[in-house]
Amino acid sequence: MNISDPTETFRQEARELLDQLEAGLLDLEQDPSNDDLINSTFRALHTIKGSGAMFGFTAVAEFVHEFETAFDRVRKGQSKANTALIGVALDAKDHIHLLIENPDAPVDGGTEILVQLRAIVDGAAVGGHEEAAPAAAPAPVAAAPAVVVEAPKPVDNGAKRWRLTFYLPSDALIYGTNPELLLKELAGIGPTTVLALSDRIPDLDIIDPEVSHLGWQVDIETAEDPTAAIDDVFLFLRDNMELTLAPLGEEAVAPVIEAPAPVIEVAVALSDDAMPEAPFVPEAPVAKAPAKKAKAAEKAEAEKPAATSLRVPAERLDELMDRVGELVIAQARLSQIANSSSDTALKTIAEELERLSSGLRDTTMGIRMVPIGTIFSRFRRLVHDLSGELGKQIEFITTGEETELDKTVIERLADPLVHLIRNSVDHGLESAEKRVAAGKSPKGTVRLSAVYSGAEVAISVIDDGAGLNHERIRAKAEENGLITADAKLTEQELNHLIFAPGFSTAKEVTALSGRGVGMDVVKRTIDGLRGTIDVSTTPGKGSVFTLRLPLTLAIIDGMLIRVGDGRYTIPLAAVEECVELPAGLEASAKGRNFLDIRGSLVPYLRLREVFGLKGQGDEHEKVVIVSSGEGRVGLVVDQIIGNNQTVIKQLSKLHSGIKSFSGATILGDGTVALILDTAHLVASGQSYVERNLGRAA
Amino acid sequence: MSENQDFMTALTIRLEDELFAVEASRVREILDLVPITEVPSAPSFVGGLINVRGRVVPLADLRVMFGMERPEPDEDTRIVVMEVDIDGEPTIAGILADKVHDVTDIESASIEEAPKVGMRWRPEFVKGIGKRNGGFIIIPDMERIFETPGGRSASVATPEERANA
Repeated sequence: MNISDPTETFRQEARELLDQLEAGLLDLEQDPSNDDLINSTFRALHTIKGSGAMFGFTAVAEFVHEFETAFDRVRKGQSKANTALIGVALDAKDHIHLLIENPDAPVDGGTEILVQLRAIVDGAAVGGHEEAAPAAAPAPVAAAPAVVVEAPKPVDNGAKRWRLTFYLPSDALIYGTNPELLLKELAGIGPTTVLALSDRIPDLDIIDPEVSHLGWQVDIETAEDPTAAIDDVFLFLRDNMELTLAPLGEEAVAPVIEAPAPVIEVAVALSDDAMPEAPFVPEAPVAKAPAKKAKAAEKAEAEKPAATSLRVPAERLDELMDRVGELVIAQARLSQIANSSSDTALKTIAEELERLSSGLRDTTMGIRMVPIGTIFSRFRRLVHDLSGELGKQIEFITTGEETELDKTVIERLADPLVHLIRNSVDHGLESAEKRVAAGKSPKGTVRLSAVYSGAEVAISVIDDGAGLNHERIRAKAEENGLITADAKLTEQELNHLIFAPGFSTAKEVTALSGRGVGMDVVKRTIDGLRGTIDVSTTPGKGSVFTLRLPLTLAIIDGMLIRVGDGRYTIPLAAVEECVELPAGLEASAKGRNFLDIRGSLVPYLRLREVFGLKGQGDEHEKVVIVSSGEGRVGLVVDQIIGNNQTVIKQLSKLHSGIKSFSGATILGDGTVALILDTAHLVASGQSYVERNLGRAA
Repeated sequence: MSENQDFMTALTIRLEDELFAVEASRVREILDLVPITEVPSAPSFVGGLINVRGRVVPLADLRVMFGMERPEPDEDTRIVVMEVDIDGEPTIAGILADKVHDVTDIESASIEEAPKVGMRWRPEFVKGIGKRNGGFIIIPDMERIFETPGGRSASVATPEERANA
């Protein structure tokens, strides 16, 4: 990617704005009269239009302008944001997306969308405003300089006149700013009278034709304070331009003759239907009214610290992370040397460096963490569309949007979650009639939630549908040869059959799901992220799909332990507590490995046995209790060495089949230590419990 | 193989009492013996991990694949760090060598296909056999040797898998 390509920058920005737009529209569907939402949606549109025009995306700018015009009526309370409007607006958003992605290819359908949009906006007019539909396209601005002067119009229904005077930055024209468009936008705020100020035009022989010399004085008539709207218009220029705005009293309109400057009125043709036919009558040349106070206020506003953000290519962050990883390893070596030395100065600096590198690590990781809400919003659109296509009423609830995960993890999660949600909506939720017959509300609920759970994030897709049909799953699996007819399977095993490649229970293949691809892809992707999938289902009540993912793929705090001669790291976030293995426990437990931790039974695994090591353990073995999700397991180790910062290195393909380890790290003395995969160990502990308790019962 | 069609530039190493040739172009570096971390439950062919300049690199022992004895490392033991494609994915891996000799050019004309019979090792792991100074040099097929069980066709099992079966 060429990051200096301005159109690419625009595209990136536009994509984000479109996401905002979509989220705003979907929120609006739930809460149609929320002014903040309407305004933020409008602002997103407006910015796309502005920067689109600036970067030469004329088709985009024109389309968005029309969209904006229609939507403006919602903003002004003349139309209601109803479901039909949101539907078309979402189509319009998709159309803008197409226009931005394929600037050169002809994209059809824009006109239809606009016609629909207008029809709906007019139909949804509040209080039966019988207004004609706006003109199909903005009439070309008649830029023919006409020397016309306007007399102050009688002010009605509280509309006030404001005088805006502005000079564009001198380089504005070079960057492609079109003053004509700006004036047109100003006219959108209210009826305007425009006066060009030629006082700064230099003599012809020294004039630089590329520099903007003209100033404009615009009198706007509006009931509201136009400051914000005007700021919107000059969004991209505001920092470098001269702009004053002051309310206009009757006295200021009195003609003050300063110089016999020619007055140029740009007749602004508006597509806005609300624009009354302003009678253009001669007006005496008016001097600009200096409004120092207003300017001071503007300045103060401009100096307000804004929340700034930087756009950085992801590769650079990866590089930074690698460097920090190397630093952490080097620091670990230094600490090791310092610990075996008696030099206090060395010890001090080693400690200082440890603190610094740990801080640097956290900051660097923080940069990569993104709230998962960034992809949740995508699914709202998905559910909205699915609801329409399948004729199912769906309430979609998301919680835990603020839960943060590594950006790469989040990106790779999007597709699996799409599949899971589709699956829940398509297969899980019943039709409205069936739901009513089953005594449920006709409206189905799909819930998407994310929560932290130890060293993991658990993301659940929960529906209140019919639940998985075990008989049908079994029949289908037998038909596809996945299991034999007499295979005895536990409920978990049955549930997991749906993740087998080529499995699909839908009787009819729908456009959405049921082609037997999808669920196995979900499983593969989650495996690739070293995560796990749990399925639980209650017939008639619904199903829960839970994805558990490691919080980060880069650096973690670890607990270093020793088993035999080998040293291993356990992710500290998974560690609940450490206890001593009571001597002689084995004998009393009759071969069953359970610990009594404050009244609850916790199974334990001897890592020595798990790793297949020969020889006896230390005399005083320790048990590290780790947890994952709901489960807990004790790991018997020879020695607990201490805590360390652990840079996770992925294992190569040669070792990817070994489930007990999630990666490796490099210790202070330069040797490699393996990182235990706690989720996997807990799962094997859990199956140990099931086997043993089952046998005991 | 080197770009020159007439010669193959190769690093020669000794395993047990046989000479092996590794394409010089894939060799990254040669290390003295470093601490090796055992990977529990890994196949003995790739039973270890080593630290190569801050990278965790799997350590392979070709002697396992060629059914050789595995004496303890001595002062001649080296680790050859090289690039191999594992199931089509370029990967850095180390191999143990009982001794590293030199870099030499082997005449392409002298390289013959591995005979199907009369060899004590499995022919599919041998790309060819070259001659130098009247002796034989085995050119192992690294990609075949490093194929994972998933990437390997079912008919070919490692000696270890055979032993376990």
